[in-house]
Amino acid sequence: MFDSSSIIVGLEIGTSKVCAVVGEFDRDGAGLNIVGLGQARSRGVRKGEIVNAASAEEDVRQAIVEAEQMADVEIRSVYLGVTGGHIRGFNNRGVHPVVSADREISDDDVQDVVRNAKAINLPAENGVLHAIRQHFLVDGQDSITNPVGMLGAKLEVDVHVVHGHLNRLQNAIRVVKGMQLEVDEVVFNGLASSLALLTNEQKELGALVIDIGGGTTDYAVYAGGVIKHTGVLAVGGDHISNDLAYGLKVPLGRAEQLKLEHGAAEVGDALQGQVITLTSEIGLPLKAVNLGHLRRIMSLRLEEAFQLIGQDLEQAGLLDYLRAGVFLCGGGARVPEIAKLAERVLQMPVGVGKANSVSGLKSALDQPEFAAAIGLVKFGSFKSRKREGRPTLTQEIKGAISRLLSRG
Amino acid sequence: MDPKSLASTTAETRINKLGVKVFGVGTAGGAMLAQMAGDDFAGAMLVAVNTDAPASGPVAGVASIHLETKLLRGLGTGGDPERGRRLAEEHFQTLKDACAGVDVVFIVAGLGGGAGTGISPVLARAARESGALALAFMTLPFDCEGNRRQHVAREGVEQLQAAADGVICLPNQKVFKLMDESTTLVDTFRTTAQLLVEGARGVWRLLRYPGLIEIHLEELGALLRDCQGESCFAAVEAAGTTRARDALEKLLAHPLLNGGEAIQGADAVLVSVIGGPDLTMADMGRLMEQLNQQCPRAQVVMGAAVNEEFRDRLALTVIATRRHARDPLAGGKKKSATALLPEAEPPELDTQLIERKATFRSASRFVPPAPTLTPEQREQLLNKQGGGRARKNLPRMRQGNLPLDIVNRGRFDKTEPTVHKGEDLDVPTYIRRGVALN
Repeated sequence: MFDSSSIIVGLEIGTSKVCAVVGEFDRDGAGLNIVGLGQARSRGVRKGEIVNAASAEEDVRQAIVEAEQMADVEIRSVYLGVTGGHIRGFNNRGVHPVVSADREISDDDVQDVVRNAKAINLPAENGVLHAIRQHFLVDGQDSITNPVGMLGAKLEVDVHVVHGHLNRLQNAIRVVKGMQLEVDEVVFNGLASSLALLTNEQKELGALVIDIGGGTTDYAVYAGGVIKHTGVLAVGGDHISNDLAYGLKVPLGRAEQLKLEHGAAEVGDALQGQVITLTSEIGLPLKAVNLGHLRRIMSLRLEEAFQLIGQDLEQAGLLDYLRAGVFLCGGGARVPEIAKLAERVLQMPVGVGKANSVSGLKSALDQPEFAAAIGLVKFGSFKSRKREGRPTLTQEIKGAISRLLSRG
Repeated sequence: MDPKSLASTTAETRINKLGVKVFGVGTAGGAMLAQMAGDDFAGAMLVAVNTDAPASGPVAGVASIHLETKLLRGLGTGGDPERGRRLAEEHFQTLKDACAGVDVVFIVAGLGGGAGTGISPVLARAARESGALALAFMTLPFDCEGNRRQHVAREGVEQLQAAADGVICLPNQKVFKLMDESTTLVDTFRTTAQLLVEGARGVWRLLRYPGLIEIHLEELGALLRDCQGESCFAAVEAAGTTRARDALEKLLAHPLLNGGEAIQGADAVLVSVIGGPDLTMADMGRLMEQLNQQCPRAQVVMGAAVNEEFRDRLALTVIATRRHARDPLAGGKKKSATALLPEAEPPELDTQLIERKATFRSASRFVPPAPTLTPEQREQLLNKQGGGRARKNLPRMRQGNLPLDIVNRGRFDKTEPTVHKGEDLDVPTYIRRGVALN
């Protein structure tokens, strides 16, 4: 068995499925490998938020056990992906006067300015999920990535803050903690997906990642190498199924099946009047469903989702910065012709993204729906590398003792 | 006049870049046209279509198309819509030619007879095929005219809804209830025709006068397409300094809007305001604010136009439609039965006039699909609803209007609604956008 400290586990409790991905560092500690994958159908989640803790816990357990078996490890802690309509992202600026006599900016100044940037006016029930540094400003000079050692009187930092309703976030954490698993960190799914999909070049050029999940559509915008915007639209694949069930007057399960078998994002002219005959288990025809209607209902729903995202980005003034284009992931990216529809709505190149920034299980990496979970592993790898960079307490004590000894 | 020459003259009569032609079909349609000819309909070509020679002789300003075949021997359709339909099909090309080069075709007729019921749907189809927007304004027969005519009218509405872009029906019975005992038969018919003409004029004005806030043809069509015979309309005019308030008061008290209740229950409301150059923004604002308050759930489409003729006057036209979930399998052919029952309206109207304060439950945005009924069942339902007995049973009948959105939220039943800019995104997009499935 591997030492459990060297593995990183991403757990996404989604609306349609619970998915656990196990990642492991290479022998030399440089690359990241995906070695295990476990998934289970999710039953206790609606629109990305847990509504039935008991069944959610059951599903999480199943996914974790499957991942443990596949990777042959014991999972003790996870990076937990969260989403939900309550999560919001916005940019904020923190200011800090440099007080030292020589005006040199120190590490402490940087810590202070970031702390200031996080101190924002949020509703009492909301908490900060992420505060990601974009860049620093020293005396008004823009685009400084590392100000330590520079001279200046005023240090500012732009951060992207993602915040959400604490109690609702806590629900997901409690489910995981209830299974004697530790939560290393809580990560916004949209952020995780973008980490999995985008290369550094694409982040630099500017890209939009849209993760169309079962209950929510999460999106994140990178431009100039930093995250600029995140958002959640609480509309997902479930909505399509629900629309179909309502519009075609079929049960929800049947609508889901119709969506998977006959769904597409564009209506197409050739379908006029085509009919699908639904059959019962023994093969008798039950009902005829108009294929054109099915596609139209579906197309309208997806079109609207893209329009809403487009409007949001337009408000944020980011539409012109997306030179690398749009990358789709999540189960919704599997809808035929969805890239075509998104191209039509957003007026820019759209592709289905692949998690190509990590290596490992091909079967996991090629699936757009695992992007978020893989991104969680990637997020974890950043964090643990940072942790490794600093000497741990035991190492510090050891060093001190050896220094003492050598002196004596 | 030769229809070919008609088609060629329309090019010159374009107003506001729109060629408008009004077809009056059948005897009733002809009578309405005669009324229009004497009215403020300058700029629209009026064409009477009939199968028998008009009883009152030709009317000035009205062209006519006479559909004739040897089969009829000059006696008209004899109240058989099938005959009217066949005749119209035979002369389809003539009708199509008459519609050529026109942007909007209004069809006014009385349903229930042979010519109006039979020809109108074919004419609507001809209009659409020649590229015009076809709007039908129909009167439905009085209850006393008998079951057969009701039945014929109902079928006519069904056919029209399939063929035309918009159908607005005025059940005569509704008007009948507003008449007092001493009103003569002639007056009654004149009033119904007058009401219909007013409605048509409202829509026509909407299209004719260059709008400051324009309502596009498509918008109008999309709004009317779903109305399924349950749309109500009212056109009012007011003059003087307090005209905005007066017009609104008149509108809310308008008999055809059930004293304003039709607006409250509407899913979409089209408002067209026409005023003189002295129309103030404050007036507009007040008017729309009041109207919006009346229909908080409805999608309000609003247009405004300014015309010199309306100095110191204000004309307000409102079309309120109630949307119906269509059965997608029926492909728009078969409509929900209750929507097509003109008789269902009068008893309701009756009591609402008596007890205005009766609690009005605003219908849900989601109207549950009406049960598909066999013709026999429908007939049975009709008989139940017609006549005086229905009044006593009214509370029981109303039960059907209870809002049932619980069913329709489906999977998102117990979740917090996803509201984005006032829209509940959990509601299917196609319903919110009013896309008809066919």
